Amino acid sequence: MNGIPLSYFLVLSAILFGLGVLGFIFKRNIITIFMCIELMLNAVNLAFIAFSRALGQFDGLVFVFFVIVVAAAEAAVGLAIVLLISRNRRSLNIENVDEMKS
Amino acid sequence: MPVLDHIWILLLFPLAGSAITGLFGKRWSHSLVNTFTIGSVALAFLATLELTREFFSVPASYFPVVRTFLPWISAGQFRVNFSFQFDQLTLLMLLIVTGVGLLIHIYSTGYMGHDDGYYRFFSYMNLFMFFMMTLVTAGNLALLFVGWEGVGLCSYLLIGFFFTKKSAADAGKKAFIVTRIGDMGFTIGLLLVFWTFKSLDYSVIFGRAAGMPVELPGHVGVLTAIGLLLFAGAVGKSAQLPLYVWLPDAMEGPTPVSALIHAATMVTAGVYMVARMNFLYAHAPVALFTVAVIGALTAFYAATIALVQTDIKKVLAYSTISQLGYMFLGCGVGAFSAGVFHLMTHAFFKGLLFLAAGSVIHAMGGEQDMRNMGGLRKKIPWTYATMFAATLAIAGIPFFSGFFSKDTILAAAAIGPHPHRILWTLGLAGALLTSFYMFRLLFLTFHGQPRYDEQTVHVHESPSSMIGPLVILAIFSVGGGWWALPKLFGGRDYFSDFLSPVFSASQRLMAATQGAGVAEEVGTNFATDLLRVFWQPAVAAALLGLLIAWWFYIARPDTPRRLADAMRGPYKLLLHKYYVDEIYGAVIVSPLLWISRNVLWHTVDERVLDGMVNGTGSAARAAGGQLRRLQSGNARSYATWVVIGAVAVLTLFIWTMVRQ
Repeated sequence: MNGIPLSYFLVLSAILFGLGVLGFIFKRNIITIFMCIELMLNAVNLAFIAFSRALGQFDGLVFVFFVIVVAAAEAAVGLAIVLLISRNRRSLNIENVDEMKS
Repeated sequence: MPVLDHIWILLLFPLAGSAITGLFGKRWSHSLVNTFTIGSVALAFLATLELTREFFSVPASYFPVVRTFLPWISAGQFRVNFSFQFDQLTLLMLLIVTGVGLLIHIYSTGYMGHDDGYYRFFSYMNLFMFFMMTLVTAGNLALLFVGWEGVGLCSYLLIGFFFTKKSAADAGKKAFIVTRIGDMGFTIGLLLVFWTFKSLDYSVIFGRAAGMPVELPGHVGVLTAIGLLLFAGAVGKSAQLPLYVWLPDAMEGPTPVSALIHAATMVTAGVYMVARMNFLYAHAPVALFTVAVIGALTAFYAATIALVQTDIKKVLAYSTISQLGYMFLGCGVGAFSAGVFHLMTHAFFKGLLFLAAGSVIHAMGGEQDMRNMGGLRKKIPWTYATMFAATLAIAGIPFFSGFFSKDTILAAAAIGPHPHRILWTLGLAGALLTSFYMFRLLFLTFHGQPRYDEQTVHVHESPSSMIGPLVILAIFSVGGGWWALPKLFGGRDYFSDFLSPVFSASQRLMAATQGAGVAEEVGTNFATDLLRVFWQPAVAAALLGLLIAWWFYIARPDTPRRLADAMRGPYKLLLHKYYVDEIYGAVIVSPLLWISRNVLWHTVDERVLDGMVNGTGSAARAAGGQLRRLQSGNARSYATWVVIGAVAVLTLFIWTMVRQ
């Protein structure tokens, strides 16, 4: 991996993040949206690690560990919420979940 | 000297009595209320007697004593302390206030015995005593003003004591608002005093005023302005022209209130203030002359109205206004001790007149119209005897108290430091009218045939708690002026001798500015001769008034009716009190109401102020109405907003980086 320039990693990270954003905005299935969030988190992780390696510092790695921990916690809570929504509404369409509107 | 060194103790008694009774007295028995409230006034009176003893145990040169206890206000240059000044004038006022006050408190236990608000009445009365004593003992104008406003408050509370009656509530408001007009001037006067002397303490004011020139006519300045502004307050408080209109209406209050507040003490606060500030007024002859003119005009004017009133208390109310006018006339012509002398005798005989009138009203079961009385002489002999003594006193019949004080004033008006022929004539005419209307009251009430239904009205003499104070006040009404008795026989006037330390500086000053030919002190040297010269017209006026009243109401009872028919116009004018209330209503009250209603209420308040408040509200609502569209409840649209926001921030970030 020594020969691959930093920009490659960053472009890949940006593409993954963009896919995550687009999926988050346009998909209707809650599970898919959830996966898109994970995709965005990991795109950021990729950028962190790339920078960490390119700059020879460990700060980025530390951040990545934190992000992974947060993502795990989020997955636990988020999946529980998704499960409840699907059980109560017999549907996973996010457009049905809009009780908070004014 | 235990009391003199702690003079505030004196004030504490009635304040404590008022607070304890007012807070806890609602379910108390009458005797428990009496214990606290009358006990407190009795203690204050005893303390004043002790103060008198202490006063005479040291030489007169020891006074005035100023005692400062606590700092009150300290803001920059403006420093006011809780300080009390004690001198001959203070002692005299304290004796009057606590002595007459105690008698009227005792009387009230009989008079108010059947009333529901018994504890409330006595709580207010005690509070009044506290403020009145604050007023007379204050060592600076600010503390005097506290007492001044405090007695006004108590006056309001007690006039409106029967607050379920609309006329009583209205009268209370009228008294408060009308005196407030005068107090406006008083307040400006206080500011001007501070601006001029950098202090409100009497001692400092008089000390610095001594270094200022006397403002003779044509050279009027700040001292004259101060004198006039302070006098404006006195005009309101002491019911002089043109602010006297509240006092007749104040008769809506219980009769003991009329006796204590609206005859003996509170209304004389203006006279006390002018007498207290005598050194300032001696520097402002123009202001002092204004005092004399207002006083003389009021003395005559109010007496004319009293001629035709039929309500027994209204006659006494106008009589009070008139007598207060005499006091101001006395002060205004430079004879301050004469004014204060009349203040004292007036407290005795007018307090007595009101209490006796209360006794009559009590006996008649609430009737106040003299046309429905008559022939009460035999039925209520004690009330008759005491009221007769008071009438002789107020009319100025020789050797009764009013004779000495009123004739000293008239003598001073003739040849005082600032004599004036026309003012003297007005005063003399007023004395004639006074004698007439007072004997008219006496004859209508007590003589002739009964004009009430003897089957339904059971006239009865009042209880001893009411008769006792009447008798004591009657003794003072007869003998209260005998201090000046030796003067009639070429001796001294011990009253003005007693007060001369308070007034001597201004007397010397006025004598100096008037030039030679005026005696040093009013009421001593020159008055000895003067009284001999001038008491004859005054006594003649008093006797003439008595004779006319006797002719009109006893000898030829049909004369008043025929005279009223013959002089329809003047009679109606007097009966309607010169239509002053109507004029004030049309010229001042209705325009004020119109402006308040249409401009201040419907325009300024409803349109401008409410518009601003409501406008802010509707602007917030409109903004919220638009903003709430953002909260669609759709998670994906929120995400879109997040993305848009992130892109915007990023763009801004990059843009600024590029610009650098």
